[in-house]
Amino acid sequence: MTATTNIEPVKPNSAFVGLLAVLLAMVSRPSGLVGLILVAFHVVLAIVSPAIVPYDFRELSAQIILNAPSSEHWFGTDNLGRDVFTRTMLGGRQALLVTTISTIFAITWGGLLGVLLGLVGGRLDELLMRLVDAFLALPWILVLLLIVVTVGSGPGVLIPTLGFFYGIPVIRMARAATQDVVALDFVTAARARGESRSTIVWRELVPNVLDVLLVEGAMRWSWMLLAFSSLSFLGFGVTPPTADWGLMISNARSFMSFAPWTVLAPVVALSSLIIGINMSADALAKALGIDRAQKAPV
Amino acid sequence: MREPLVQVKNLSIGFTSQAGLVMPILRNIDLAIGEGETIGLVGESGCGKSTLALAMMGYLKSGLSVLEGESLFRGRNVFDMDGRALEDIRGGELALIPQNAGQSLTPTSRIGRQIDESVKLHTKLAKEQRRERVIELLLQVRLPQPEELLQRYPHELSGGQQQRVAIAMALAGEPDVLLLDEPTTGLDVTTQAHILELLRDLAADTGTAMVYVSHDLGAIARVSHRIAVMYAGELVLEGPARRVLKQPAHPYARGLLLSIPRLKEAVLPTSMPGRPPPPGGAGHGCAFADRCPMAEQRCRDERPVLEPTAAQEIVRCHFHERVEQLPPPEPPKRPDRSSLDEADTILRLDNVAISYAKPGIVDQILGRQPKVAATVDKIDLTIRRGETVGLVGESGSGKSTILRAIAGLWPPQSGTITYEEAESLNTSVDERAKDLLRRIQLIFQNPDASLNPRHTVAEILAQPLKLYFGLSGDELRERSVALLERVRLRADYLERLPRQLSGGEKQRVAVARAFAAEPELVLCDEVTSALDVSVQAAVLDLLTQLQADQRTTYVFVSHDLAVVRAFADRVAVLYQGRFCEIGPSKNVYRFPSHPYTEVLLGAVLEPDPDARPALAAEDVVDLFPPAKGCPFQRRCPRRIGDICDNETPPWRPTELGHAIRCHIPLAELGGMQEKSAHAVAAKLGPTEGIRAE
Repeated sequence: MTATTNIEPVKPNSAFVGLLAVLLAMVSRPSGLVGLILVAFHVVLAIVSPAIVPYDFRELSAQIILNAPSSEHWFGTDNLGRDVFTRTMLGGRQALLVTTISTIFAITWGGLLGVLLGLVGGRLDELLMRLVDAFLALPWILVLLLIVVTVGSGPGVLIPTLGFFYGIPVIRMARAATQDVVALDFVTAARARGESRSTIVWRELVPNVLDVLLVEGAMRWSWMLLAFSSLSFLGFGVTPPTADWGLMISNARSFMSFAPWTVLAPVVALSSLIIGINMSADALAKALGIDRAQKAPV
Repeated sequence: MREPLVQVKNLSIGFTSQAGLVMPILRNIDLAIGEGETIGLVGESGCGKSTLALAMMGYLKSGLSVLEGESLFRGRNVFDMDGRALEDIRGGELALIPQNAGQSLTPTSRIGRQIDESVKLHTKLAKEQRRERVIELLLQVRLPQPEELLQRYPHELSGGQQQRVAIAMALAGEPDVLLLDEPTTGLDVTTQAHILELLRDLAADTGTAMVYVSHDLGAIARVSHRIAVMYAGELVLEGPARRVLKQPAHPYARGLLLSIPRLKEAVLPTSMPGRPPPPGGAGHGCAFADRCPMAEQRCRDERPVLEPTAAQEIVRCHFHERVEQLPPPEPPKRPDRSSLDEADTILRLDNVAISYAKPGIVDQILGRQPKVAATVDKIDLTIRRGETVGLVGESGSGKSTILRAIAGLWPPQSGTITYEEAESLNTSVDERAKDLLRRIQLIFQNPDASLNPRHTVAEILAQPLKLYFGLSGDELRERSVALLERVRLRADYLERLPRQLSGGEKQRVAVARAFAAEPELVLCDEVTSALDVSVQAAVLDLLTQLQADQRTTYVFVSHDLAVVRAFADRVAVLYQGRFCEIGPSKNVYRFPSHPYTEVLLGAVLEPDPDARPALAAEDVVDLFPPAKGCPFQRRCPRRIGDICDNETPPWRPTELGHAIRCHIPLAELGGMQEKSAHAVAAKLGPTEGIRAE
């Protein structure tokens, strides 16, 4: 066949050069550029916000309840007279911290188990995959609520819980991606050579399913943010008076009709982060050449 | 003269690189196809053959654009047509059959419906008439029992039948031109021969013009009136098929022809050095100058133009009148086989049976084996040290299965495999000692799949060196460089990734990886079938050299009889996992031979305008081997009766040192074949035709 068109997916070589190439390929697309800017903005904000906020997020004031946006309070104040701008700037910190750690946890355990199952196959694979199906059939919000209600809701509980539940669909993805790779001759060659199972997993399989895992991780991250905010919204996530978008939306919704700024600010913040992550994930998939929507020419 | 159907005029197609340079993929192509004419487009991969064929129907792959020139269909430039007009001519007047057309059928839809859809698209017939037309089409592509076939799903058909259905669909619009892009690549030899005969007859019956794109000069030779040879996006030679095949006027065409192994001579074909330049890398002079045996300074400075010759060809070479006088190349030497020690057995297979069938749950509880006939059965084979044994057969004949059993990837069900008369190889990989694993290495068919795309060449070579010899640091690097040298690659290849290598270079790296283990026995699984012929010749030569240096033993699996004859000392012919014939390679292709060997020989395509395939058996391979009797009973053109169905045929040794497993007595096998075997005899040449009884 005639090869060589100018659209060649980026395949990372050495770690640093590879990362740089992938990032470059991502920002060369509008979705990647916008997405990465949004994510970077939120991450930087989460790190520096405690130092730059104009007010104390706990400071109550009976005089300025539900004030409209003004030059003193840019996003207005909430029903307890707290500065919405301050609280919005701080409101993503815990969500980002918890979901980032949980995502890494989910991708690691789900990914490794999936790769292993894809490699060994057989009865163990059958059994565990049916378990995965069963877990996926559970309404996750109920399960999360149950755990939070019985065990408690600090980051110490939420990180492993979210990490565990969001690792389950990752098993599926990793297993499917592995099965594609396992069928290839370089894995057969490694087996015939007598390489150990761990060598095969780490050297032959993981590098080839990493792309899929990275994209899957980015998607899971945005889902997890939604889940975390939902929990807070329902009153089971972050405990007051901590500033959190989910909690802020929940508190403010009763006053939405006459003080929309109280709900609008955290909604915009949360959505922009999730949209940013989704756009980055999309661009990442395209940059790595694993995007299903992008059809190969004939 | 009438106006040609398709006329490509000074067409250049290319893309713009990220650096903003224009990279041409096709350069100034001129080509005309008249009514009812078949033209073959040939060249190595990456020469622009498919791009040209697709451009004829106004299709460009994404990223490509027309740089200059035009492609006319019935006088209209296809690149000026709008989407509507293109839709009208595509399929209806210009139909395409892509490489894996058979696999592009919809798996969930019945054959009848799929063909009906294309009929509906191109005609205005009513429903009943369409049904008649569908049946007519199926008969036209020689599919038996069309009524019944309409109800079938694609997976219920063999690869050859699927390909026929795809051809039927392409014929639905009664096109004036059929564009065929490697339509038989990937099919079995016998299937390929049948499809080619079909295409040939279709062209003659319907007067359809064809553009046949293939890297296989054998296939091209069979169907084409004219042949156009492409190199680096240029047309380098175009002329009548006979002339191009017999007296190629361009050194590239000559090199391509020389690199094809022939059944006539049991010598390794001559390889062409180098590889085609990348797009945009052809320079100012002749694109082929770097690989040309007769290149001079003028070739590097001045791009030759297409010149007509006396023999109705056009050729792009400054010195085309000298090509004929080029001396025939010295064929690569095969190592001397007289030193083989008959007693020094490296591998012995005794009554080996291999089965993929898994016992059901009841059988498992009762500890029974399933009753299905084993995939591979009754394999007896003794291989001597330093020998090359070829295993030949169609797909599904169990060739690779035997290799997998020897390698321990799928241990046999019964029988014994013994290594060096001492160690049992009935074990799986996990149970074998590291040193035993080291001594047996595998090389795979497709280097794209057998090399990890994420590993550099250094990492690929380091794996066996670390595993078997515990090498690291400078020692590891030195050894890797030495290995690359042995497969004739430079040391700077160590840092490259597989995708930065050409197909032949990748396979060299795969060979180097196998030889890194310093193996005694190397199992080669169709190692050259994914490669261009020119590259295939080079890889075969390399393997021969390595064998001469190390006394390596090869078990060489291939579906290509000519390659096996050129490369192997002994050949075993397999059908449905059972041996049909075994013996020295120079004699297995002589008569008398097993009816199946004869069928295979008959289907071999040679790049010779006079070679004609002798099609004997059906091209449909059964899914399961028969439970008893001769494995070839269902397809055999020489069946003699119930004995074939019920009794396993005996081994009949011949005077020529080979053995045939057939119920027909040897004398009769030779005699009977005389008449029908003319074509085969012609292929084998005057010295090795039919022996007088």
